[in-house]
Amino acid sequence: MNRLTGRNLTIAYGNKIIIENLDIGIPDKKITSIIGPNGCGKSTLLKALCRLLPIKKGKIALDGTDINKSASKEIAKKIAILPQSPEVADGLTVGELVSYGRYPYQKGFGRLVPEDVEVIDWALQVTGITEFKHRIINDLSGGQKQRVWIAMALAQKTDIIFLDEPTTFLDIAHQLEILELIKELNQKQQTTIVMVLHDINQAIRFSDYMITMKDGEVITQGNIPEVLSSQLLAEVFQIDAELMQDKLTGKPMIANYQLVNRKYSKVEIK
Amino acid sequence: MELKNKIPFHFSIIFTIACIILVITFWISIVYGSADINTSTILNAVFNYDPEDVNHNIIIDVRIPRDIGALLVGVALAVSGAGIQSVTRNSLADPSLIGLNSGAALMLALTYAVSPVITFPLLILTGFIGAMLGGTMVLMIGRSRKDGFNPVRLILAGAAVSALLSAASQAIALYFRLNQSLIFWSSGGVSGTTWQQLYTGIPVVAIIVVIFILISGQLSILNLGESIAKGLGQNVKLIRAGTMLLSMLLAGISVAIVGQIAFVGLMVPHISRFLVGTDYKKVIPLTAVLGGCLVVSADTVARLMGEAPVSAIISFIGVPYFLYLIKKGGRTI
Repeated sequence: MNRLTGRNLTIAYGNKIIIENLDIGIPDKKITSIIGPNGCGKSTLLKALCRLLPIKKGKIALDGTDINKSASKEIAKKIAILPQSPEVADGLTVGELVSYGRYPYQKGFGRLVPEDVEVIDWALQVTGITEFKHRIINDLSGGQKQRVWIAMALAQKTDIIFLDEPTTFLDIAHQLEILELIKELNQKQQTTIVMVLHDINQAIRFSDYMITMKDGEVITQGNIPEVLSSQLLAEVFQIDAELMQDKLTGKPMIANYQLVNRKYSKVEIK
Repeated sequence: MELKNKIPFHFSIIFTIACIILVITFWISIVYGSADINTSTILNAVFNYDPEDVNHNIIIDVRIPRDIGALLVGVALAVSGAGIQSVTRNSLADPSLIGLNSGAALMLALTYAVSPVITFPLLILTGFIGAMLGGTMVLMIGRSRKDGFNPVRLILAGAAVSALLSAASQAIALYFRLNQSLIFWSSGGVSGTTWQQLYTGIPVVAIIVVIFILISGQLSILNLGESIAKGLGQNVKLIRAGTMLLSMLLAGISVAIVGQIAFVGLMVPHISRFLVGTDYKKVIPLTAVLGGCLVVSADTVARLMGEAPVSAIISFIGVPYFLYLIKKGGRTI
């Protein structure tokens, strides 16, 4: 079942068309990763799917209604978004930022009702940052900051969460921590996750469904075992890679990869 | 429930202290002046007004309106600065630095050139239109698609546009021989504030500040950046445009009352954020009170120095502060 679908999408920055006539469906309660080389339009697609970017043509529907014609606050109760490396003002505390996740539910003056406080505390607890509630966000480490943003998204109490490269600028341990947290959310809360990832192996390991893109077009979309192949990697990423079984997870992983066209890889040193 | 306890408690203490300081500075500014007047005379003047008494007249017709004028201008400029800083996400923004004050001054000069006798509400309106003119020019030049309002480019655009608009004001002043009335403005002084101006100024500023307090939650969301704010379902364009208009209106009023004063809108929101953090629900009320404190005390100092221009007194603190912020990197807030 796909609650969120895009039909015939044409997306442009100004007059420059990035994506043309694209059809897409996001499977419910699954983790979907969008992968592809730089500039392939994956972030553009992500932003359009969560109405951050207007579309030129086509329709993005959530439960059958056009998200670009719905009240934005109503969409914010169903879809939460974590943009790529967001910045926060100095002096803002963890508790304050997470409380902003309740904005779609507030009317008028924006006072927090007991239910809001409950949800905020829950979001802090799920992401394991309750002890940081009164800390200044900019004093935290990169991994902790990312947890705070995820907690804010959780406070929106949505069924769907979009994440644009949630692991950028994090070291490998923190990358895994964030991805484990996302997976846990998916399993425990049944949250539909859509994320753009750079690391192919992480995408394979942590997601169920994969959308691969190149030059503004979707090359494949489907469950990972069905779509992943050496040919696909060669076509999309221009790499010659071997698919092996990851002993730890039992899932496929790519190894021994090199450029298909070796001439780019040879740097002449004189 | 901790969220409700810990931080607002902190905030209410700071806010109360700020209010007490405001009352004290206001009182001092009534007492001290070229003629020192004691407390009982002031109370008598207010509650037991005697038209024959010179001191009573000084208090009722000169000092109190002047002090309320200073208070009003301080509140207006400081809140305007907070609004502009949140819209541009630029900690260096200030009504004067982004061309609002020079735009308002130009329109006021034009209005005086056309008709020397105009009512104060009309002056506010022209000031507002001028602020819109100056502000729009600076924002159009200072904005780019790539990185939004780059702090330094915005300030450069502001400096250039302000210089142009001020030059235009001076040309008008020379041509129409308005020097007397405009010099008074460009130096910025509240000594000529009349009750007539206050009858219009007080309600307008009060209403706008109340609106700002009501939408302060929206400003906190806006301050998270466009993507996050849109993602949370905010109508970003509406909030930005509304905030900008209200800020311009405040700048227009203050220029109509006092002329051009820079740096109030820059410094005060910074001090507020330093004291209570970045949540605008706390920043806006505190900024209003501290803005009042700053201009009232600066005006008192100006008066004690033999009617020095109040804008110069404020620049004396404001310029080093501005330079310090630039040195710090002027990063976006």
